[in-house]
Order: sequence, then structure tokens, then C-alpha cells
Amino acid sequence: MSEHTHDHDHHEAEGPHVSLKEYVTGFVLAVILTVIPFWVVMGNVFESSTTTALVILSFMVVQIFVHMVFFLHMNFHSEGGWNMLALIFTLVLVFITLAGSLWVMISLNNNMMPGMM
Amino acid sequence: MSEATMTADGKTQDGQLEFLVKGDHHPQNGTLLGFWLYLMSDCLIFAALFATYGVLARSYAGGPTGMEVFDLTLVAINTSMLLLSSITYGFAMLEMQANRLKGTLIWLGITGLLGAGFLAVELYEFYHLIHIGATPQTSGFLTAFFALVGTHGLHVLFGIVWLVTLLFQLKKHGLIPANKRRVFCLSMFWHFLDVVWVGVFTFVYLMGVLP
Repeated sequence: MSEHTHDHDHHEAEGPHVSLKEYVTGFVLAVILTVIPFWVVMGNVFESSTTTALVILSFMVVQIFVHMVFFLHMNFHSEGGWNMLALIFTLVLVFITLAGSLWVMISLNNNMMPGMM
Repeated sequence: MSEATMTADGKTQDGQLEFLVKGDHHPQNGTLLGFWLYLMSDCLIFAALFATYGVLARSYAGGPTGMEVFDLTLVAINTSMLLLSSITYGFAMLEMQANRLKGTLIWLGITGLLGAGFLAVELYEFYHLIHIGATPQTSGFLTAFFALVGTHGLHVLFGIVWLVTLLFQLKKHGLIPANKRRVFCLSMFWHFLDVVWVGVFTFVYLMGVLP
């Protein structure tokens, strides 16, 4: 490759530029988003398990988003947008895997339990 | 125009299609994108394990339930160690950005120690579970639990191995571009493991202890 002359610029540009502010913001948000679900569960804040489950699952989604933005530096323009495209594709597959498995297996359990045959 | 470079490897001499566009459009740093794609495929492994756990989470087969075996205090300690290791890795990245080798090494070392602490607590938890008879063979729930949490732990272990290797490489060669790239890749790996752990502590532990 003819990049030897540009090697200096090349490695300076490699990877995202990170800042202390970004990491500290991410960390503080992550701590808050971790402590609340633990408190909700350990302190029995809600009567119903379903409510608790929904609340902690929403905190999980928000926290994953925070980690993605502040720690993994996700945005729409790194690597020409290919990072984000790969991430969205993966999220679709993850959703299909999780929702599909649960849907199929819960239906199987409901309809084919030994007691019913 | 790129005929000369393409014929150098002797593959497109007969005018075959060129799949590698030599213009300005392909990213300079293929490694980071490639590593990101690896992480995304790793994500699918975890999706499969999460789905398995989701299906088997209440299949106790007469064995212990999550509420009986999970110790949330341990999980909280583990979670805080992993979270702290995320920001210490961030400090290592900042030191590296400022071209300070010593600071990078120190913060990477602290990150590794926190990772090792996480693993130690997790191994203690596994040991304790097996000791009280909650082995992977006991029920579908425990099989799925050990598979999911064990795979995550294994990733952390390999992350630590990689981190220690990187410490030696940094010590020997300093902050050369190749080493900076490695630190970047490991940072993605490390933060990715943290993201998976967020899923684990919510989905497995916190939801597992709900009545």
C-alpha cells in the first residue's frame, strides 16, 4: 500500500474521537439505570410481577441504548453508516429469534401439554 | 485505472469483474468495521441463548427456582464491577488518545482486575450453586442458566486474556497504530460484554426472582 507517507494521519483518524464528558455521562446514566431496576425488584416496589417485569425490561432497553451511544460510540456516520446498518440488521434478527422462539414454544406448551393428549 | 494494482495479484488479468472498489468509497479502516461485524454475529449467539433461557426459564422439573437460588447482592456486586470496568476502559482510551502509554497501561490493568473480580464472583456463584445441588443437569432452567451466564463469563475470560496480551504488546511496542487499533477493538468487545450483561442481569436475575 502507498499509505506509508500518510501513516500518521491514518492512525490519528482511526476509530472515533472519545471524550471524558461522554464516558462520564454514560457512566452516570448507566448507574442510575442499573440502580433503579435493582431497587424495584429488591424493594418489592410493585405488587404485580407483570408490572415489575415491564418496568425493568424498559430500563434494560434504555440502558442498552445508553451503552451503545456513550460507550460504543454508535452513530449514523461511523464507517460510512455500515456500523449502524449491521446493528439494525442484527437487532431485527435478535427480535425474530427471541419473539419467534417464545411465541412458538409458549403455543406448544399451551396446546401440547401431556395432560391434554 | 487500477488495472496495474489488480493485475499485481494475477487474479483479474483477463478482465474479470473487480469486486474491490479502489476509489474513495471503501472505508480506510476495515478492521474496526470487521470487528463490529464479528460482535454482531456474537450478538446472535447470545440471542439464541437468551431465547433458550426465555423458553426454559420456568421449567424447574421439581428443582430449585430462581427465587431460591439467586443471590441479588452478588449480582449487584458483579454488575457494579462490570460497570466500573467500562468507565476505567474509557479512561484507558482517553489516555491512549493523549498518547500517554503509562496511563493507558494502568487503566487497562485496573479494567482487567475488575474483570477478574467479576469472574471470581461468578465462579463463586457457580460453585455455590453446584454445591447446593443446583447443577446444570437438574432442570431445563438451570441448563439454560449455566449456558447463558457461562458463555458470557467465558467471553469475559477471553477478554482478560486478550487484555493481558495487549499489555505486553503495548509495553514492547508502545502506542503504535496497530496497538491503538487493538485497544479500540478490545474496547468494543469489552463494552459489548457489558451490554450483554445488562440483558443478563435484567432478564435472568431480576426477572428470575419475581414470584
